[in-house]
Amino acid sequence: MPINQISIFVENKTGRLAHITSILAKRNIDIRALCIADTTDFGVLRLIVSRPEEALKALKSEGLAASSTEVLAIGIPDVPGGFAQAIKVLSDAGIGVEYAYAFITPDKGHAYVIIRVEDNAAAEKVLTEGGVMLIDQAQIFG
Amino acid sequence: MGNYFNPDIETAPREYLRAIQSARLIRMVRNCYDNVAFYKQKFDDIGLQPGDIKSIDDIVKLPFTMKQDLRDNYPFGLFAVPKEKLVRIHASSGTTGKQTVVGYTQGDVERWSEGSARAIVAAGGTKSDFIHVSYGYGLFTGGLGLHYGAEMLGATVIPVSSGNTARQVQILKDFGSNILCCTPSYAMFIGETLREMGIDPNTLALRAGIFGAEPWSENMRREIEKSLAIKAYDIYGLSEIAGPGVSYECEEQTGLHVCEDFFYPEIIDPETLEPVPDGVYGELVFTCIGKEALPLVRYRTRDISAVTHEPCSCGRTLVKMMKPRGRTDDMLIIRGVNVFPSQVEHVILSLGMEPNYQIVVERVNNLDVMTVNIEMSDSMFSDSVRRIEETERKICNALQSTLGVSASVHLSEPHSLPRSEGKAVRVIDKRKL
Repeated sequence: MPINQISIFVENKTGRLAHITSILAKRNIDIRALCIADTTDFGVLRLIVSRPEEALKALKSEGLAASSTEVLAIGIPDVPGGFAQAIKVLSDAGIGVEYAYAFITPDKGHAYVIIRVEDNAAAEKVLTEGGVMLIDQAQIFG
Repeated sequence: MGNYFNPDIETAPREYLRAIQSARLIRMVRNCYDNVAFYKQKFDDIGLQPGDIKSIDDIVKLPFTMKQDLRDNYPFGLFAVPKEKLVRIHASSGTTGKQTVVGYTQGDVERWSEGSARAIVAAGGTKSDFIHVSYGYGLFTGGLGLHYGAEMLGATVIPVSSGNTARQVQILKDFGSNILCCTPSYAMFIGETLREMGIDPNTLALRAGIFGAEPWSENMRREIEKSLAIKAYDIYGLSEIAGPGVSYECEEQTGLHVCEDFFYPEIIDPETLEPVPDGVYGELVFTCIGKEALPLVRYRTRDISAVTHEPCSCGRTLVKMMKPRGRTDDMLIIRGVNVFPSQVEHVILSLGMEPNYQIVVERVNNLDVMTVNIEMSDSMFSDSVRRIEETERKICNALQSTLGVSASVHLSEPHSLPRSEGKAVRVIDKRKL
């Protein structure tokens, strides 16, 4: 049950993030998680939002380069070593992680982590067998 | 009064020069008509017989030649001699990746070398000097042009070629180079390297520099002169006509004396194509009256200049052309390499990308730096930074291999590059020349 992440190309210029997020705010789209990967030249803003399809359409209609990517969300116990344990399941299976980012949740005692891998189905299988909790879109937005 | 390489020509009475020009033009037109199908057709089209050309004054009856004609006849279609007469080929980059190819007979190389030798002497060079050539050697005419000129003079050539600046400095110092030949921007860079290495330019044997192949300003001349403790001379040339040495500065430095016994200059109004009077700026046109292999007739250089026949204090009677002020087309000269915006467009299209781009040229630490801004599109975008960077690298490599000069790529957001009505502003040249 992968979830949809929206990625947006951002030039390194003042005001760009404000512009992009206001497009979503205007439409009452909720941002639950975000991550910015940056180089000296540009950045890629990655978002988990309440209505990804609508968000993507809105961003594109504003002339931005944006895309939708399926990523996995996992819930891990909010204790030392929680993330290490989950990620070990993937590395033991030889699955590389392109990027990952964590965010807070209303679910006390758990942290949620977004994971981007090459093959979602394979990773999902390994994680489930390894006892790692997978989260779906509905759970993220409670 | 100074020294001349060939005083008989360089200080000849004007009537004598005109007689030489007339004789050479008549011979050249006959050669073109008999040996170049392209010119026979062009002359026939306007009903011109070689016999109609009786003196240099008749040059205005001849049709023009454009760079496009060289491209259309790529590679050797405009050559007037069989292969056994050729001794050399050079080439420069063209607009769509196709090079402009030029050829020389033994006599052509000698006449070109003489132009370059005249330039070296006009810059104060003598037989006993060490001439340090830091122009690139190869298909580019810069390196070999000055090389052969220095040899014809009987001076000693140090054929260093371009690059490896620390070694350039070491040779300047240890070998005692007297005259440096390179692009003005590279001269600036060498000057800077001297300073970084803590070398006082006054301790070098270097006296003069002969710089060309790219536009440069009087400010830049003063900076080069200061940083290298030399007198800096301008030299002009283009491969279609010969190479460096078509014209050159003397000590007066109020224009470049044209080797008009080999390369006959005219200035025309680029709109009406009519010749303009002395002192009026227009498009510089050359007729290769001293060339056998590639005798171009009224070749439109696209350079904007003016000429003057006023007597020069150096004693030379050869006409002077002013330092070119700009161009009538969109060609850029980046570190001595000709770059057309259409080449950049060609690269972008060949990679399957949208041709929304802008070229920015700056001079950073005295070196030309070209950045190509390209708009990000859905097909190039990825959530992975690594993939985007791979795309960027792919564009950089393609630009380098097509243009022959490196460019950095900057990805911009879609629709962020300015669109103007009609013709898009493709080039922003921030260099202060």
